[in-house]
Amino acid sequence: MSALKTLNGNQSIAEAVRQIDPDVLAAYPITPSTAIVETIAKFKADGMITGEFVCPESEHSAMSVCIGAASAGGRVMTATASQGLALMWEMLYIAAGLRLPIVAAIVNRSMSAPINIHGDHSDTMGARDSGWIQIYSENCQEAYDNFIQAFRIAEHLDVRTPVLVGLDGFIISHSMEVIQVEDDDEVKKFVGEYMPLYPLLDTSNKMTVGPIDFTDYYFEHKRSQLEGIENSPPVIEAVGKEFGQKFGREYGFFEEYRMDDAELCIVVMSSAAGTCKDAIDELRSEGKKVGLLKPRVFRPFPHKKIAEALKEMKAVAVLDRCSSPGAFGAPLFTEIRSGLYDYAERPRIVNYVYGLGGRDIKVEHFKEVASKLEKIAETGTVEEIYSYINLRE
Amino acid sequence: MKKEDRLEEKNPIENLLRMDRIPHIWCPGCGIGTVVTSFAEALHKSEIDLDKIAIVSGIGCTGRVAGYVKLDSFHTTHGRAIPFATGLKLAHPELKVVVFSGDGDIAGIGGNHFIHAARRNMDIMVICVNNFNYAMTGGQVAATTPKDANASTAPYGNFEYSFSLPYLAEAAGATYVARWTALHLRRVTKSIQEAFNRRGFSFIEVITPCVTLYARRNRLGDGLNLLKYYYEKSEIQHGADTRTLDISYQGKLIVGKFVDKEKPTFLDCMNEHLAKVLGEKYQLYGENND
Repeated sequence: MSALKTLNGNQSIAEAVRQIDPDVLAAYPITPSTAIVETIAKFKADGMITGEFVCPESEHSAMSVCIGAASAGGRVMTATASQGLALMWEMLYIAAGLRLPIVAAIVNRSMSAPINIHGDHSDTMGARDSGWIQIYSENCQEAYDNFIQAFRIAEHLDVRTPVLVGLDGFIISHSMEVIQVEDDDEVKKFVGEYMPLYPLLDTSNKMTVGPIDFTDYYFEHKRSQLEGIENSPPVIEAVGKEFGQKFGREYGFFEEYRMDDAELCIVVMSSAAGTCKDAIDELRSEGKKVGLLKPRVFRPFPHKKIAEALKEMKAVAVLDRCSSPGAFGAPLFTEIRSGLYDYAERPRIVNYVYGLGGRDIKVEHFKEVASKLEKIAETGTVEEIYSYINLRE
Repeated sequence: MKKEDRLEEKNPIENLLRMDRIPHIWCPGCGIGTVVTSFAEALHKSEIDLDKIAIVSGIGCTGRVAGYVKLDSFHTTHGRAIPFATGLKLAHPELKVVVFSGDGDIAGIGGNHFIHAARRNMDIMVICVNNFNYAMTGGQVAATTPKDANASTAPYGNFEYSFSLPYLAEAAGATYVARWTALHLRRVTKSIQEAFNRRGFSFIEVITPCVTLYARRNRLGDGLNLLKYYYEKSEIQHGADTRTLDISYQGKLIVGKFVDKEKPTFLDCMNEHLAKVLGEKYQLYGENND
């Protein structure tokens, strides 16, 4: 039965795992994602799930277990964060290259050095070219909903590409929230039975996975691997729509908040978008035409759709919880700015890096951003294209 | 002692601690601080030049040691303390390099580095604080968790075999191997002193209480109960065959110095080999000529 439950982000993911009951789950403990694994271990010990649960000796091994199990034909998942995702890096490319529909919950956390356990997006942004689909969550409900949809997207025959679902470390992973947990059978029905393609366990069709591929065909194979992620946008859209029809919460590539007559826009992903909504409400009550655009899917990046949504703005601020050393701006900014390039009339656009290592971002900070946007819109000039929020300098 | 005097009293190993980082994060009853005290005592007694020592830690509760000691220290990533220490030692062969980390770090995620440093007989000391679980992240099952013990990822008991670390160390090539518990403070100190005087890969395992996670999850009581367990069930057997050192859940703990031998270190082997194949044009690298 569908019910309201009080869960934190990690428990929300674990709850989805319990309902989906994948064949193999392999994960190594790392803050702040550990509770996902622990809760799954408890489900397994209590006989609430039937999937195999493996505790390997590192994240690299965890992803290797996932790849082996997925190649064998299993529905597979893992969870990790930060350094753990970084240690998986080699295997992330293998999972995507072999088009294995593995699903991973990534509790976004900063990267060492210096060591810090709090939330930012440096970990998943570092994996943005690995070939995985990336979906980000604003709160526990979205983490739960996204994780369920991730299996449908990953396993779709046109896609067959691994998916990671991001949720902000501590801010979401450890915050309790009342969420709608859907009926077990309905979730199972929505996700459906997994039909593996070319499983190694099909011994009547013998096959080698991942053999050497040199200058003769490697390029062609790499090109054909991209088809999965290229085919994914209509699937992501359809799954989000179907989820809405079934459970009442529809998802697209991004969410627009009070954007109808907006002239200024703040673009921000994940948990900070929740705070931004409060700031927008306050700004709107002061008569300011400011809206929010919250990207949900970062890979594949919806350039065209976002550009269409932003093209008539006077000024846009893109907020990244990650830096990209030596680049023209942080990842979200460069994607959006690039998407707007083909428009003759386009907004002034600036980039702010915020919240590294879990540094808080508050309503007042968004309001500061809005007032800077107002000035940019008024004067038509951008003084500083790249700067920081709430940083002591 | 009067209350005022107590307040004035300094921590006896204050000169070796970064007091601005104190209070530390370790739980009441934890054994890591005990091992740090033994280590400080050994440093003091060995009269080692504090500028010639470097401490390397990985990640985890014990990984925090690097941040608390007032010595050249490095807090590396999870499992990589030993390769980091290897690089440090080879760049500065005159340094005494000590890896101070936990069982999860050294035998779990960093297990590969552990066996290879022992195989090469790298001239470093590894102090492994073994509390039988991944404590920092909440007590998950580790490569050292005894069979049947509960852990957060093994709520009804661990069914995997666990490593016997002295056996692994000796089999891989370590030249000094000892095991103690947090109760054997003076023995730990003595082993560390001895290891400072040895060349080659020294390995000292110290079994310590993890009260908050391991003990509580297994209903073993508090720190004192675990020390009582060490007192009742540990047996000193110097030179014991390392094949006999398996630890069963709340079972006998064979402790002592098991291996103490000499063989050429990595640098000795490298110098000898290259001098042989390159002849006079090879300049010996290492302690006496840098």
